[in-house]
Amino acid sequence: MSIAMAEEAVNAAAEATTGRLKLDIGGNLLDAVLGYLVVFIGLSLLMCVVIIVGKIMVAKTKKPAEAPAAETPAAAATPAAKNLPAAPGTAGEVKIYDTDPKDAAMIMAIVADKLQKPLNELRFVSIKEVK
Amino acid sequence: MLDSLGKLVTESGFAGFFSNPDGWRNLVMIAIACVLLYLGIKKQYEPLLMVGIAMGCLLANVSSVFMTSNGQLPDALYHQDLWDRFLNTGAYTVGYEEYLHNYGYILAEGGLIDILYIGVKAGIYPCLIFMGIGAMTDFGPLISNPKSLLLGAAAQFGVFFAFFGANLLGFDAQQSASIGIIGGADGPTAILTTTKLAPELLGPIAVAAYSYMALIPMIQPPIMRALTTEKERSVKMTQLREVSKTEKILFPIVVTIFVVLLLPSTAPLIGCLMFGNLLKETGVTERLSDVAQNALMNIVTLFLGISVGATMVGSRFLTFDTIKIVVLGLIAFAFSTIGGLLVGKLMYKLSGGKINPLIGSAGVSAVPMAARVSQKEGQKANPSNFLLMHAMGPNVAGVIGSAIAAGFLISMFGG
Repeated sequence: MSIAMAEEAVNAAAEATTGRLKLDIGGNLLDAVLGYLVVFIGLSLLMCVVIIVGKIMVAKTKKPAEAPAAETPAAAATPAAKNLPAAPGTAGEVKIYDTDPKDAAMIMAIVADKLQKPLNELRFVSIKEVK
Repeated sequence: MLDSLGKLVTESGFAGFFSNPDGWRNLVMIAIACVLLYLGIKKQYEPLLMVGIAMGCLLANVSSVFMTSNGQLPDALYHQDLWDRFLNTGAYTVGYEEYLHNYGYILAEGGLIDILYIGVKAGIYPCLIFMGIGAMTDFGPLISNPKSLLLGAAAQFGVFFAFFGANLLGFDAQQSASIGIIGGADGPTAILTTTKLAPELLGPIAVAAYSYMALIPMIQPPIMRALTTEKERSVKMTQLREVSKTEKILFPIVVTIFVVLLLPSTAPLIGCLMFGNLLKETGVTERLSDVAQNALMNIVTLFLGISVGATMVGSRFLTFDTIKIVVLGLIAFAFSTIGGLLVGKLMYKLSGGKINPLIGSAGVSAVPMAARVSQKEGQKANPSNFLLMHAMGPNVAGVIGSAIAAGFLISMFGG
């Protein structure tokens, strides 16, 4: 029995008892390349899926946006709307703590309505939920 | 009274350093634990885990010094021999079948850390940490630029390069796979893979993985500068498209279905990562998302750190294999960075110079450190460059990529 055969027999016996695998250089290289390919192929396929889902979502959001855009020329034709001056001032940046952005927008709209002032002439510093 | 005093002295840990044959190893490990504590506290190398790992190492070695005359460690918080019996390995292959995969013995005979370690052994902690990571991650940059996934895949090059190298250095396939996954730059993934394939290497692999993750700002920049030109590094990328809420909700569901069907062994990691992300994105489970990314994450990090650190007992850690693992870990990190950069350069060429190749190096997971390094290097070349959000895409793709790499290795060599 050659030394190589003896080594092989010892390795096989060791594998059988411990469940551990000893790879020769060819098998080692093959597993490494295969592993890298699996990761690449897996993520490439995932990329295709994400692109398809993204395209569907973009198409869906574009459709409703295009509909009002088609109506704008008619609206723009009215002279009153055309000559309306832009209100001066800005609402600035408002800091929101523990508050839903929708609730914050609603609060700002209510305050503007109560004060009878346009929203962009008011300055909100922060909105915080009192618990 | 003298007898009591004598008993107290002979049974102390100090006496154990001389009476216990492994006493000197414990002493060295205590010194190593102190160095790791210094790195975690003073240098702030991944302190949330490093401090726990170091303290676990310290506790395991301090409490294992005193050994009774029949070889028992009555005060040890962690018993390596108990876990060898649990796995029927080492000196416990024959005649210990009743211990095989029997948690009852661990609960009855184990110390505090043995019991905490059950969470590592059963693969619970890494998955719960992944849930927290998912709840903290914004996949928006990846969804708006899905090509980032290719960079996340490319940056797994180091995993398989180190796997190949470890095999050549004499490690068996399971050990090589565990060493290779250090290149994924993802602590929980490395811990889960090692626990399943080569638990005897858990200590050195965890320390190497977390140390190199902390050292990313030092490891990556020289490689980035060597492989890219000033012109490439100064490329300004166009703004990403806005991602709708529906897309963000759909993403974790689609990824879970697709990736788990493709590679079922990724289910624990990908499933938990995407579950955490779904909790974040739905907007109707804010409380659960908050728990996953804060309270639960912190609790699991505590248990994970201390129990992984406890596996660093002197008799197992102080071997030549540990040095080989540390070197191979560094090689894995470096080659993962190279893989990401090379595909980044290819994308730069194919896109006609619209993609900055620096974002490729962020594919090595390690969120968000690797993305910050890309941003910093890009800004050095061009001060008006803002690559952070572009680099976050490959960065989070790297998390998915390393989970797939781990799933492949576990399914190939997990038995």
